[in-house]
Amino acid sequence: MFRYYLKLGLLSIRRNPALSALMIAAIATGIGACMTIVNIEYVMGSNPIPHRSDVLYYVQVDSWDPNEAAVDVDRPPRQLTYTDGTALLEAREARRQVLSYMTWRVVEPEDSEQLPFQVQSRSTSADFFPMFDTPFVYGGGWDKSADDNGEYVVVINKEVNETLFGGEDSVGRTVIMNGDRYRVSGVLDTWDPMPKFYDLNNQHFGEVEEVFFPFSVSIAKELSSNGNTNCWKAPDSNGWEAFKNSECVWMQLWVELHGAEEKQNYLAFLDAYAESQKALGRFARPLNNRLNNVTEWMEIEGVVADDVQVLLGLAVLFLAVCLLNTVGLILAKVMRRAGDISLRRALGASRRAIFVQYIVEAGVVGLVGGFMGIAMTWLGLQGIRGLFGQSRMIDHLVQMNWTMILAAIFLAVMAALAAALYPTWRACRIQPAALLKAL
Amino acid sequence: MEIGPIWRTMLRNKSSYVLIALQIAVTMALMVNAIAIIQERTRLMGRPTGIDEDNIFTFNSTGFDPNMDFQALVAEDLDAIRNHPGIDNAVMTNSLPIRNGGWGQQFQTEPGTDVESVGTGIYFVDEHGVDTFGVDLIAGRNFTSTEINWFDPESDDMWPSVVIVSAALAESLFPDISYDEAVGKTAYVNSVEPITIVGIVKTLQASWPSWEHIENASLVPQKRGATSARYVVRTEAGYRDEVIPQIEKMLAESYKGRIIRNSKTMTEVRNDAYASDSAMIKLLFFVVSVLIAITSLGIVGLASFSVTRRTKQIGTRRALGATRPAILRYFLLENFLISSVGVATGAILAVGLNMWMVQTFNLTPLAWYMIPSAMLVLWLVGQLAVYGPARRASFVSPAIATRTV
Repeated sequence: MFRYYLKLGLLSIRRNPALSALMIAAIATGIGACMTIVNIEYVMGSNPIPHRSDVLYYVQVDSWDPNEAAVDVDRPPRQLTYTDGTALLEAREARRQVLSYMTWRVVEPEDSEQLPFQVQSRSTSADFFPMFDTPFVYGGGWDKSADDNGEYVVVINKEVNETLFGGEDSVGRTVIMNGDRYRVSGVLDTWDPMPKFYDLNNQHFGEVEEVFFPFSVSIAKELSSNGNTNCWKAPDSNGWEAFKNSECVWMQLWVELHGAEEKQNYLAFLDAYAESQKALGRFARPLNNRLNNVTEWMEIEGVVADDVQVLLGLAVLFLAVCLLNTVGLILAKVMRRAGDISLRRALGASRRAIFVQYIVEAGVVGLVGGFMGIAMTWLGLQGIRGLFGQSRMIDHLVQMNWTMILAAIFLAVMAALAAALYPTWRACRIQPAALLKAL
Repeated sequence: MEIGPIWRTMLRNKSSYVLIALQIAVTMALMVNAIAIIQERTRLMGRPTGIDEDNIFTFNSTGFDPNMDFQALVAEDLDAIRNHPGIDNAVMTNSLPIRNGGWGQQFQTEPGTDVESVGTGIYFVDEHGVDTFGVDLIAGRNFTSTEINWFDPESDDMWPSVVIVSAALAESLFPDISYDEAVGKTAYVNSVEPITIVGIVKTLQASWPSWEHIENASLVPQKRGATSARYVVRTEAGYRDEVIPQIEKMLAESYKGRIIRNSKTMTEVRNDAYASDSAMIKLLFFVVSVLIAITSLGIVGLASFSVTRRTKQIGTRRALGATRPAILRYFLLENFLISSVGVATGAILAVGLNMWMVQTFNLTPLAWYMIPSAMLVLWLVGQLAVYGPARRASFVSPAIATRTV
């Protein structure tokens, strides 16, 4: 029977080509609009490091102005001062900890034919690479002794390695940055976390740094951050030492903690640290230390943009309009065939049979609409790429995956069935023989 | 009139009409809010930065040679740029309006750590700053060359003692007096360091396009930096695109211990600053157009159905003496009634949706005229959509009445 109904459904679609096309187009457009935005939201909010996201915690302590919270409402500053960052790093109270900030360097190729070029670099400590599980083509990160001794070592990415060394294994070779010679300890493979979760203070979807070098070196070279630096109070005087000891926040600390107990202990340690600073006359605000794992921190920093959420709301309404449109059209179609239905019922068809017939017919419309909807989603994403231009984020956004394709089909069929339910119910209620006289 | 009978006929077959009315209502809610967002973004994008946007470009000089004499280099660079043909003026500064990234500071009118303060964007410039930016100095005076110093990180130098502020900043610092009276007044920076306002510029925006106090900005007479300089150059009208590569080449060749990079015209800076807003506007325009198309096609579809279904009735009415215009009017009026129910419901939905968005996303509330305009538009769309089927209905021959279908 199912195949028969399927045939009837297809026949009925063919009987009113313009109308059927309108229904299918409406479903496809609604699904396309919705799925385009859902896809964007899915990519923006997706977990960049799923296997480690619940053991990595972002550390905040409230060193801010006694008169005013750093971030509304009553949230601690988003980064740490040099004083607090280094103190917490050196305390080594977590399994691993990494302190870092963003800065720019100029690389001078040894080959004098090549022009010097600027690189985005990150000053960080040894645990960065194992904590964030970065992939390496050659070599690896540096070890803790390099941090402690202020060794000039560097991890470069594949592109820089290509430019400087033609893609060869460059471990142990030299990179000159701003006049200093650094030894290559490793070459990163393609590493593309979306969003750039370890530094949400700057651009959420910014480029991953091209070069990584020890924190101790950048401090010795007096390099300030090229990311955000915020001060609630000016440094006591000019110069690097005063800036280092100031209340300006400019670096980020991540710690690795396994399980609730370690987290509890670390929080207790942070509270004790804050108390010790209070004793020194700092930390005038109430205790307000925070540990958030990767997904919590992304949520707090609002990685999924407001615009996308507004668009999602509008897209859902858009789908609603498309569905109402379809419900109206299916209803009209069913009502026009009231005579047929009446006749079939008089000849002994059960309500169930009528119900199945029209639901199958609507399902077919939904399925076709769903497939067209996937095409529309693809078009929508291309449109988004056209509107926003090329960037790392957009390239990620406009990739559809199987989850999204299946979700689109599922949504389309569900939408079409929901749209068909009311008209089908009306069809079932048509009395046998009620309209036969009119025929 | 015929409203009574039409209304009663509709009530006998409610569901189709309810569906269309609902569709019109949701369409209206969506349309009104989308257009409200478009208006808001257009307003944001239309704000002037206060500088001569058509003729300004900017670039960086990033030094990497540890032995470079930065201050001498900047002096040479500025001299060379200012004397280059096609160029009006040039200055070294730290940022530009709406460039997304700059220096911020709090100013206050009383010294002390416990005092209310006002945020401002800061541009460090020399005496060429006002002319290079092309800002309109409406009160007070420009800096003199004797007021310009290099910031020395090794010294205990304080903040420069004079400042030029935007009129908006003057008004938020001294709300009780008009901005030109603010010239000569003292404000405090870093809680306790006094600064005297010597000049007021009409408009100058800060560096962050989404900052709520974007109109607060200040020019501060100082040169800062150790390796890297941002230059802002104002060209003679029409020469901008021509001179950019010339300047880049000239500076790159004059000293090899640095790289010249990131040249951008102010037009590009503006496009970058509002890229997502302009994309949002286009996206919403597209959504609204498609939405209206779908809704009107839906109306056409349903009206056609209803005409086909009622062919015999229409024939009967014609046979009984109804004129063609009367039939036409019947369908137009029917659609008008459905649309009225739709836009009335839509008005409530639109306001509700707007209230939710205002609360959740800090959008601005609807302007009063949005609802009546949207109602008019949707009435019109409905009438246009139904006109085709209604005209077809009016051509039904009275003879149809005598036939069984």
